[in-house]
Amino acid sequence: MRGGQGAARAPVLQFTNCRILRGGALLREDLWVRGGRILDPEKLFFEERRVADEQRDCGGRILAPGFIDVQINGGFGVDFSQATEDVGSGVSLVARRILSHGVTSFCPTLVTSPPEVYHKVLPQIPVKSGGPHGAGVLGVHLEGPFISREKRGAHPEAHLRSFEADGFHDVLATYGSLDNVRIVTLAPELGRSREVIQALTARGICVSLGHSVANLRAAEEAVRSGATFITHLFNAMLPFHHRDPGIVGLLTSDQLPPGRSIFYGMIADGTHTNPAALRVAHRAHPQGLVLVTDAVPALGLGNGRHTLGQQEVEVDGLTAYVAGEWVTEAPGPSQAGSRPAPASTPGGPHPSRTWPFCSQGTTTLSGSIAPMDACVRHFLQATGCGVESALEAASLHPAQLLGLEKSKGSLDFGADADFVVLDDTLHVQATYIAGELVWQAEEAGP
Amino acid sequence: MRLVILENYDLASEWAAKYICNRIIQFKPGQDRYFTLGLPTGSTPLGCYKKLIEYHKNGDLSFKYVKTFNMDEYVGLPRNHPESYHSYMWNNFFKHIDIDPKNAHILDGNATDLQAECDAFEMKIKEAGGIDLFVGGIGPDGHIAFNEPGSSLVSRTRLKTLAMDTILANAKYFDGDLSKVPTMALTVGVGTVMDAREVMILITGAHKAFALYKAIEEGVNHMWTVSAFQQHPRTIFVCDEDATLELRVKTVKYFKGLMHVHNKLVDPLHSMKEGD
Repeated sequence: MRGGQGAARAPVLQFTNCRILRGGALLREDLWVRGGRILDPEKLFFEERRVADEQRDCGGRILAPGFIDVQINGGFGVDFSQATEDVGSGVSLVARRILSHGVTSFCPTLVTSPPEVYHKVLPQIPVKSGGPHGAGVLGVHLEGPFISREKRGAHPEAHLRSFEADGFHDVLATYGSLDNVRIVTLAPELGRSREVIQALTARGICVSLGHSVANLRAAEEAVRSGATFITHLFNAMLPFHHRDPGIVGLLTSDQLPPGRSIFYGMIADGTHTNPAALRVAHRAHPQGLVLVTDAVPALGLGNGRHTLGQQEVEVDGLTAYVAGEWVTEAPGPSQAGSRPAPASTPGGPHPSRTWPFCSQGTTTLSGSIAPMDACVRHFLQATGCGVESALEAASLHPAQLLGLEKSKGSLDFGADADFVVLDDTLHVQATYIAGELVWQAEEAGP
Repeated sequence: MRLVILENYDLASEWAAKYICNRIIQFKPGQDRYFTLGLPTGSTPLGCYKKLIEYHKNGDLSFKYVKTFNMDEYVGLPRNHPESYHSYMWNNFFKHIDIDPKNAHILDGNATDLQAECDAFEMKIKEAGGIDLFVGGIGPDGHIAFNEPGSSLVSRTRLKTLAMDTILANAKYFDGDLSKVPTMALTVGVGTVMDAREVMILITGAHKAFALYKAIEEGVNHMWTVSAFQQHPRTIFVCDEDATLELRVKTVKYFKGLMHVHNKLVDPLHSMKEGD
């Protein structure tokens, strides 16, 4: 339990011999924790006249805020969009397994599904604090069904919907309760999107633009109505055009409300986005970049058949096929098939496999199986942005997107003590939630 | 007095740190026998603090049985302001060593009754058995702590308004904006420091040279308050070459000639590891 009256008497933990990410820089400072929160040691020294009760030597490693994944469809065989009787167990399993990827908070994501699925699943995924049982659930991300037919990607066409008829009532009827919902991805070119975006925003729900053929004007209007996020930039939207940059143009638009920042998700798995495109986005608007995994149920599993929403896909090494049909190689210009996977893969898939796999018969990518820490490493390597920026893209920026930056995504005094211990190559050595060790790599120290 | 002249800032800082280290260890501090140290702030002692931290991290020096009393603190500056002397001491010294927080005393510039705060500070020094070694610096106007020109040479801990020279010298810590520099401070008095059993003044840099000249080659004068220590039985001035630029050649030659004697105070450098 964090904070509270017992906090002042809780033991003080001092993490020494480490570099902590604070204020955008890696500082040689100790990290102090008490009552599940980051503690100000100067205040402790001068006001309470106390020292630490326990010191832990971090072996010179990096301490970064825990990663926050705002788009993850499942993993380890669990599909959040499957309407089972016990959705909670699946969420818990994923929550526990992603700790080894450095993720301490996440938004379980549901892809386009029929209303029955939402009505059954949503009440079973409550917002929940993290701990030894797993990463915290910040709320559900509903990606669809109010998206563009043309840009549906791997979403099933049969279940796409519009809210032209009844506006927000259509939204409520489709989803049922919005209680546990944190983010909704929709296409702003759909009729009556303005009132829907306003209504969702008024309820504290983050509206994201994605799977859309909106032009820049429509996108800007959506932002003025309250949208603050772009779902997997570049993917499932019109490409940048110099006379109409489309949704991508939001990164440099001067038509956004003053003081408002647009955030954009990027899947930095080495395939969804060409590294040059990743760099274009990063250089245009580095402060808005949010790393997401968009991971599918196959994350962390071996070869075999897995479900994604209402569809089935299969992973087999470098080959991808759906429902029994063979495709000989992973299509697309990204040369996914020829790129070797990184050597160290927490979660343990086959070392020779590549990260993503494709829906059969098209060049449509359908989610990624790169863990968050691999995304951070790839992002760092592709952009040369510096360790601090790479770490902030996976922690501070998603926290800012969700308005949680006072308690999550940073190691500032008073923030929740959710953090990861990383080596210099940004591999996760240990994960902490509320100052408690919740995962540890086998040979490593604390 | 002893005038110890080292070639440059780093060597002067090191000499001073070694001296403090030896004094603490030779005192054999323990449970019922604390070594009391008076401490300064500012840019001059930074090198000395770094060396002391180094000795501590090497395991050669512990501050477990050391009590410290800082010279001064600004009035009205929040305790956690980056330029407060509390912040200075935490970042540059306390957070790197093993001193008991209860034994680190700094005046509270935000106390409701400032004079009572000063009186209480004097009482704490008394209760600690007085100061064994008071380390200080010198301002360009010859002041010790914030005992500005004109301060009584027998003054005690009190509230002082800062002189323009001091405000100008401090502006660099407040983005060069004079309006942001505090104008008042709580400070130990000249008399308070004179009560210490031993005093060590660190003076480095050419900009301090004239003040050093006034402090040791001219008379005792309340316009140059460091000059009061001419009447203290045990004072050491530790300087670099630049700080001696306004002294007579004769003075400098005499004290340089004594360096082999002075160096016996720091060589050998003791360590708590050997248990000596």
